[in-house]
Amino acid sequence: MSAVTAAGTRFILICSGKGGVGKTTLTANLGIALAKQGARTAVLDADFGLRNLDLLLGLENRIVYTAQEVLAGNCRLEQALVKHKQEPNLALLPAGNPRMLEWLTPEDMRKIAAMVGETFDYVLIDAPAGIEGGFKNAMAAAREAIVVTTPEVSAVRDADRVIGLLNSEGVQPIQLVLNRVRPKMMANQEMLAVSDVTEILALPLLGLVVEDEQVIVSTNRGEPLTLNGNGSPAARAYTNVARRLQGEEVPLIDPSQERQGLRARLGRLMQTKIF
Amino acid sequence: MSLREMINRLLGRQPASATTARERLQLVLAHDRSDLNPELLEQMRREILEVVSRYVEIDLEEGDVSLETEDRVTALVANLPIKRARGQAGGNGASDPNHPQFTAKLSS
Repeated sequence: MSAVTAAGTRFILICSGKGGVGKTTLTANLGIALAKQGARTAVLDADFGLRNLDLLLGLENRIVYTAQEVLAGNCRLEQALVKHKQEPNLALLPAGNPRMLEWLTPEDMRKIAAMVGETFDYVLIDAPAGIEGGFKNAMAAAREAIVVTTPEVSAVRDADRVIGLLNSEGVQPIQLVLNRVRPKMMANQEMLAVSDVTEILALPLLGLVVEDEQVIVSTNRGEPLTLNGNGSPAARAYTNVARRLQGEEVPLIDPSQERQGLRARLGRLMQTKIF
Repeated sequence: MSLREMINRLLGRQPASATTARERLQLVLAHDRSDLNPELLEQMRREILEVVSRYVEIDLEEGDVSLETEDRVTALVANLPIKRARGQAGGNGASDPNHPQFTAKLSS
């Protein structure tokens, strides 16, 4: 696979442009899923202003040092990395103080990602929302990217801006995860179709995640859905994203085509292209 | 056009919101990607029409210059119906009954 570097480590940016579409949730779940599949995975919280990755992973009380101390040379990398208790293949490098934003450079991010990459197969970089300095720092550390969006006009528009920046920096490949899909609304054409989004953004689809209340429950507990089996639809979707990243062929199912019953069938009939 | 869009149109109903969303997005992204604001586009349209009308007589009302986007490629599409070529009046190329169109595409 072209994305694998000489050393074999993959540096993947997880970004979206718009906030609140599920970047951090994807990073946490994907990190756990990859770790469970046996890959040594580090998740790097590059959202220094509004860090949350520690909270979603349930690691907020175990942080001693952060990226800040590592860069300043005040601790070793191993001291800052927080290993997940149930999933020892996963480690978090916490974001430092928001004041880091004042002096952090793309070069710093490249340096710290390279250090982490020495002992991991995957380095997932959770980017901040927006397209300003913080995002550009995060992007500097990545070789490939996953763009997360929801089927809403504002999220797709912002994703498009981010894709433009990734293209101009030569980040490749860029793949898409479509999050918070509501199959019923899609079947009734009251939500952008999966094909609308992939065609508009012109990106290959890496995963489809349906709207799932269990995501909220799992963030309440600080236990990503992929941690304890694949009981819910979103958990299965995140696990499949991890499998596809690893090169496995897992078929994608269009949720609006999945539903049975009269209304859904009628909805599909209505989508038939007549010219 | 899908069956639903057809039925909606026949009944004079609003199109399903996904259709509206798609169309609005395509338009706004064409402008985002090209970084051209509407005033600049309008100025460019006027100048293009001016240049073209030096050579051929065009229908100014029908003339259309717009941005379209497909596969992350934004194209400037000019669709200008030609009434007749200039400087050929009375000759063999008077008014063309077929209204040839001058269509130019400029991609970025």
